[in-house]
Amino acid sequence: MDLNELSVLALWSAMAMYVLAFIAFALDLARRSADVTAAANTPASKDTSASSLATAQTGSAAGSGRPVTTLSRPGTASPQIPARRSPVLRVALALTALGLLLHLAAVVTRGVAAGRVPWANMYEFAMTGTLMIMAIYLVVLLRMDLRFLGTFITGLVLILLGIAAVDFYVAIIPLPPALQSAWLVVHVFVASAATAFFAFGFALSVLQLVQNRRQAGTGDLKKLKLKFLATLPSAEDLENLAYRTNIVGFILWTFTLIAGAIWAERSWGRYWGWDTKEVWTFIIWVIYAGYIHARATRGWRGSRSAWLAIIGFSAVMFNFSVVNLFFKGLHAYSGL
Amino acid sequence: MSRPSDYVDAATAQQPKKPDTAIIQPKLGFTGTVRFIWRQVTSMRTALLLLLLLAIASIPGSLVPQRSSDPNGVIQYFTDNPDLAPVLDNIQMFDVYGSVWFSSIYLLLFISLIGCVIPRTKHHYQAMRAKPPRTPARLERLTAHTDITLEGGNAGTAIESAHALLKKSGYRTELYQGRNGDVSVSAERGYLRETGNLLFHTSLVGMLIAVAVGGGVGYAGQRVIVEGQTFVNTLLDYSSFNPGRFYNPDNLPPYSLSLESFDVTHEQKNLDAYGMPIDYAATVTTRTQDGVTEKRTVKVNDPLRFEGTDVYLLGNGYAPTITVRDPNGAVVFTDSIPFLPQDGNLTSLGIVKVPDGLEKQLGMIGFLYPTAFEMETGAYTSTHPDLIFPLLTLNVFSGDLGIDEGVPKSVYALDTDKMKQLLGGDTGRDSIELMPGQSQELPDGLGTITFENANPDAPNTADRDVTTTDFSGSVARFASFDVQQDPAQGWALVFSILIMIGLLTSLFIPRRRVWIKATDNPDGTVRVQYAGLARGEDPGLAEAIDAIASRHRDALGLQR
Ligand code: HEM
Repeated sequence: MDLNELSVLALWSAMAMYVLAFIAFALDLARRSADVTAAANTPASKDTSASSLATAQTGSAAGSGRPVTTLSRPGTASPQIPARRSPVLRVALALTALGLLLHLAAVVTRGVAAGRVPWANMYEFAMTGTLMIMAIYLVVLLRMDLRFLGTFITGLVLILLGIAAVDFYVAIIPLPPALQSAWLVVHVFVASAATAFFAFGFALSVLQLVQNRRQAGTGDLKKLKLKFLATLPSAEDLENLAYRTNIVGFILWTFTLIAGAIWAERSWGRYWGWDTKEVWTFIIWVIYAGYIHARATRGWRGSRSAWLAIIGFSAVMFNFSVVNLFFKGLHAYSGL
Repeated sequence: MSRPSDYVDAATAQQPKKPDTAIIQPKLGFTGTVRFIWRQVTSMRTALLLLLLLAIASIPGSLVPQRSSDPNGVIQYFTDNPDLAPVLDNIQMFDVYGSVWFSSIYLLLFISLIGCVIPRTKHHYQAMRAKPPRTPARLERLTAHTDITLEGGNAGTAIESAHALLKKSGYRTELYQGRNGDVSVSAERGYLRETGNLLFHTSLVGMLIAVAVGGGVGYAGQRVIVEGQTFVNTLLDYSSFNPGRFYNPDNLPPYSLSLESFDVTHEQKNLDAYGMPIDYAATVTTRTQDGVTEKRTVKVNDPLRFEGTDVYLLGNGYAPTITVRDPNGAVVFTDSIPFLPQDGNLTSLGIVKVPDGLEKQLGMIGFLYPTAFEMETGAYTSTHPDLIFPLLTLNVFSGDLGIDEGVPKSVYALDTDKMKQLLGGDTGRDSIELMPGQSQELPDGLGTITFENANPDAPNTADRDVTTTDFSGSVARFASFDVQQDPAQGWALVFSILIMIGLLTSLFIPRRRVWIKATDNPDGTVRVQYAGLARGEDPGLAEAIDAIASRHRDALGLQR
């Protein structure tokens, strides 16, 4: 078995881990829904949850041993029910971490086998980009409780990896002269990092919209049985989180755009030529610039800006799939 | 912050707003109307809508081929959609990014941007010199707020150390005396956030100007050079030349450039990519007006920067040298003709035109197969891009080439309308088939044609076994170069770096106000309050206030 075959094997094993993690995350959401139902059936439970929130806050202040009372506003319009510690969630996270290690092994062995960075065609780009999504997710988890996003993130990564492994796979071939550049390392890597952050922001924005609906109390969601939403942060908190994620993505995307222009100048003789790929990269940049503005425009905060983030990420996916595969242009690096 | 009237910022909202007379008043008058329109143009909502409009307006250019990036695609589109194409052309769909409608969107956006940035710059300049605002009376009302009681000392010393602490942390500070005997320090930091934002938006304008200027005063020209040939940087020597609107061709830097050799490396080991080109290198000799010569290499990702121009290696292929002689053996035509590659194995298509010296004008459509292989159908194909078994086939036409009327004709196309086909195709007579070094009779006793072997050391192939001959180097290669001059390119780079810097500072530097207030209590203790107010996005505010409180306690010598 050569290194590349090892890489393929590791990738499929990683996907298997992600499938299991996905199931565990889904079970956790189901359990959360059950908790919410239980809480609703116990009349006293609302008070308990509210007071446990308060204890949590004074607790953290007391933990640092300071006689300080921090009066931070809960920032939640509707009562959020704290999620219990759950074994199934821990299993899910362990599986995700294991999957990530295998995933990393797949990417590294592919790079070693090819003797260059493992992001020179669509298959490799998808492999590395999804690795970034996963890695960012786990790193962010150390600082913020985003475990509820697990189903979404593993689900998204699974879909992308599945398509990449089945439809985009290409054998290892040397780089054509046009791709032999240090900018391949920088430009494409940063693009995949930006994509990972945007994917994250997208997940949060979708959740924000759903949460918003729930908080507004429109009845149709009750029918959907999305009770676990009560255990998640408020729409406002989700929006702030989405914003923070998306601006990191935006900065990386801006860098991608600039690095791409510098590379285009060296390789194609002009830094900007409205090539189809350039056009779509520009469109995405402008959409997210619009998103940032929307957040600062009265009447556009909240759901409207969330929609812009969703449209933005859809454009990112469109750029990666349809534009790469079906549009004519200079950017013919899909390898297919 | 003198931001647009519909900017969301708690701080702005708190300020008593002037009644919006423009909207309430039914009759505005001329200046009123102008003001009203200006305020609309420079509002956040307008900027947002124009941004979204710009995104939408950019889409069609990716769906329909553009003259700027894909001229042949446009021609093809007209052929494929004869009814639709003229309609689209009327609304500039093939020139989207230079179209009236696209330009008006981005120009309007930039007008809005300038109208937005100027008052903000003024205001920011004043804000940076103004004192931090008076401490609010009731700090406990602020979201990020912390309160401690000191067992001793007095309010004055507490504030003194708080003042020093905040100053050291990069805050701009001001001391205030409260009405209830309290003393406080008011502090503000993060002015760079707004500076960054203004830098970002201003650099966008700079970028637009750099792009516009570069397009106007620069030029781009293309030229195909065969190995051994020399290109002189004059207007006449370009195959195509696209000057900017304000470009003066007299300013072309005088130099010449010879293509000494063009080397292609093909993958030999990896069977998944066998024959794939992995390196192109053009070795050129440059010569300045003063006669200084230098040997250099131009590669795909490594252009030649010379005399203010940039020379890029774009395409390459084979340029077979063909000689035609009249029946008496006198040479009437000899030239190396660039054949355009049609596939990965460099099956190449070229046109030979022999206008003078023979009874009739001759035109030939030729195919070069670097490694010819005869398929079952009898047609040829090339199985490798290197010259392993090169074969040139030519279909021959005679008649009027149509080049005498003075209308420029593409050297890559043959207009056969006024010509009669002599060989190949439906004529029932075989095409000419030649290997390097071989000659053949032209039909109807017109003369002879030779496919020259470009390798000077090659033995005469005419009477040797071609299957064992080494043909490498038997056909010259050509390289196509793009020569550009864009004096504003460096500026575009500078502005894009400024855009990055502006973006980073404006999105990551928190702008916040901090107040620390100390009050002597009647019982001898001192109440110290810490509070902060975010201006713009500031997720770390509460933590920052806690940290300041803790550091202040350390500074006061209190235990943790
Ligand atoms: C070419 C057009 C424009 C682009 C691409 C653009 C892009 C951006 C970006 C990326 C940001 C976030 C980074 C930063 O704060 O510096 C931003 C912020 C901002 N822009 Fe623009 N902008 C444009 C035009 C305008 C115009 C016309 C206005 C005024 C009406 C404006 C007002 C603002 C304001 C007030 C902010 C701060 C938002 C905040 O506080 O979060 N921009 N813009």
